[in-house]
Amino acid sequence: MSSARSSDHASGLGTVVRDVAEAEGSTSVHQVRTEEDLLTVRHAVRAATVRAGFSIVDQTRVVTAASELARNAYIHGGGGTVTIDHLMARGTAGLRLTITDDGPGIADIGAALADGFTTGAGLGHGLGGARRLMNDFDVRSAPGQGTTVIATRWASR
Amino acid sequence: MNVPASAGVPILRLGDVLVTGLLNELDDKSAVAFTEELTARITSDRARGVLIDISRLEIVDSFVARTLMELTTMARLLGARVIVAGMRPPVAITLVELGLQLTGVETALNAEQGMAALGWHQSLQPSGGVLREFRTE
Repeated sequence: MSSARSSDHASGLGTVVRDVAEAEGSTSVHQVRTEEDLLTVRHAVRAATVRAGFSIVDQTRVVTAASELARNAYIHGGGGTVTIDHLMARGTAGLRLTITDDGPGIADIGAALADGFTTGAGLGHGLGGARRLMNDFDVRSAPGQGTTVIATRWASR
Repeated sequence: MNVPASAGVPILRLGDVLVTGLLNELDDKSAVAFTEELTARITSDRARGVLIDISRLEIVDSFVARTLMELTTMARLLGARVIVAGMRPPVAITLVELGLQLTGVETALNAEQGMAALGWHQSLQPSGGVLREFRTE
C-alpha cells in the first residue's frame, strides 16, 4: 500500500495533530452509489462548511473538492462512502473529508496527482486539483485494494 | 417543437441568439440531454450566438467545466459563438486553483454584457424611459 501526503504548512495547523479534536457527535457518513448520491454529498458538505463558519470562498473550495473526490469514487471506484468530520484545533474550525472506495486502486499515486492524468472521461484535474483546494491531503491506495483520500480544510482567519 | 429529450432547462430564442442557463444540479444525464438539445436548436433555429448563464451555479467542478468546453466547441463547429456569463467570484477563484481555465470559452460578467457582446444592446426609450432591447446591424 502506497500513500502520498501533502500539508499546507502556511497554516501550520495541519501538522499539529495532537491539538486536533473532533467535535462531538459531528460525523456523518454518506454512500456514493448513484449520480443522485453525488448531489446529496455536495449538499451535506455545503451544510457542514456553513456550520463550520467557512467563508463563501472556502465553502466553494471544499464543496468542489468533495465533488471531484466523490465523482472519482463513483466512476473509478465503483462507488464508495464519504465521511464528513468536524474538527477543532486551537479555536479554528476544520472539516475533514474521508472518501473511500473498493475499486481497482491506484498503482502510481504520484502520476495520478499530476495534472492531465486521466483514465476516464474527465479533464484529468480531479485528484491534483482537489489537493490544491484543501490544506491537508492524504491518498492511500494500492492495486486491488481500493482508494482512501483524507482531505482537510481549516477555516481561513 | 420537436424536443426529444429535455434537460429541463429552457432555451429561448432572441433573434439569432439562443439564451439558456445551467442549473446547480447538473448531472451526467441532464448534461448529455442539454448538449443534444442545444446543438439541435442551434441548427433548427439557425442561431449564430448562444448565451449560457451560469450565475446559479454554486460550484463548477471538472465535470461541469468539461461540459462547458465541449458545448463551446460543438457550437463553434456549427457556426455559433458561445458566451458563458455570470460566473460567481468564488467559482472563478476555485476553478483557477483547480487548474481549469476554461480554455477557448468566451465569458462575460453577466447576461447583459454577454448579450451586448453578441450584438444586443439595452437602451432607454426617449418617451417614458422604458427599457427596450433592439438589435444593432
